[in-house]
Amino acid sequence: MSLYYVQKFLYQLNRDEALQEQYDADRRGVLTGYELTDEEVEALVAPDIGLLFHLGVNGQILMHFAALHQIEWTDYLQRMGDGIAKHGPVREGVYAMTGYEGVGEA
Amino acid sequence: MALVYAGVCSHAPGITGRADQADPDVRDGLYAAFHRMREDIEASGAEALIVVAAEHFANFFMDNMPSFAIGLADFYDGPIEDAQWLGIDKFCAPGNRDLSQRIIVEVMQTSDVAYAEEWKFDHGIAVPLHFLTPSFDMPIIPANINCQGPPLTPLHRSWAFGESLRRAADAVPEKIAIVGTGGISHWPATPDSGKINEAWDRDFLDRWCRNDRDALLAYDDLTVYADAGQGGFEIRTFICISAAAAGAPGTVHFCEPIPIFAVSCTIASYDL
Ligand SMILES: [Fe+2]
Repeated sequence: MSLYYVQKFLYQLNRDEALQEQYDADRRGVLTGYELTDEEVEALVAPDIGLLFHLGVNGQILMHFAALHQIEWTDYLQRMGDGIAKHGPVREGVYAMTGYEGVGEA
Repeated sequence: MALVYAGVCSHAPGITGRADQADPDVRDGLYAAFHRMREDIEASGAEALIVVAAEHFANFFMDNMPSFAIGLADFYDGPIEDAQWLGIDKFCAPGNRDLSQRIIVEVMQTSDVAYAEEWKFDHGIAVPLHFLTPSFDMPIIPANINCQGPPLTPLHRSWAFGESLRRAADAVPEKIAIVGTGGISHWPATPDSGKINEAWDRDFLDRWCRNDRDALLAYDDLTVYADAGQGGFEIRTFICISAAAAGAPGTVHFCEPIPIFAVSCTIASYDL
């Protein structure tokens, strides 16, 4: 588990257009400088929004990443919900702090 | 006294990015309140606008996260988000490095603040500016409180930061406006987005309008998280403005839950 580096990569990607171009050209290649597990690499390459949310990526970071991939808003929310349904509660990070399990009563 | 305006507003990206999905009547009421806020700031004679933000990992990350930061530049680019997604074109907002430096030096006397000669605006500042200085003709001084990456800035330090900003604003000859931006209860960018605890919001704004320091500082993060979501951590920016207003009473000009914008959209100000 290296949530810190998953988020660090996304933080840098979100704010750096040059890195976005590199990611566009070679998604796997741009990840070599980060300490990531295979699961994390696959989630970032796919991209698997639901898995990234389950791993604990902050929505404020994930939201910008989803926008980069032109994922429409309701689709973005759906993918996160599906990720929780498939993989279980958020593992780590701000949403796991107090036992956040994904979807509360609306 | 050089602080001439103090207020707060929402900054949710949906306000501009998902405008067409909201109830038009409520949305237009919000926009009208934003426009009145712009008019009030202009009428105050403000020569610069300090925006106290709760930025979302646009500039500050867990490798070196400041509790407080203030911008020290003549220009700021934004938004970092996809322009079409946010509904705001790429812009370059004016700053005022010299004024920033004088503000920072004064704030440093009483609050430990990081300064930043580079700062890219995200929706937390871009959405307010879209309404408040649409032609980018007023120098902006961005300030930030860590509301996102725990351990978060304590509430009482956010209050002290507001007092420091007030002292600094009063110490410079320029007329200064200050606007805090944040959500109240919300679960932004999660599957719970759209959930809003309106009663909690009203109670918070009641404390804010009374400018009741003890009541505002009585919150703790675990309860806030349970009742108001991780977005509720952004009350730090509102509380900072309360301190900057130095006991003045406040008025809520607009507050309506707009689920597609993920928050009780709020415009409020203090009667300085
Ligand atoms: Fe926010």
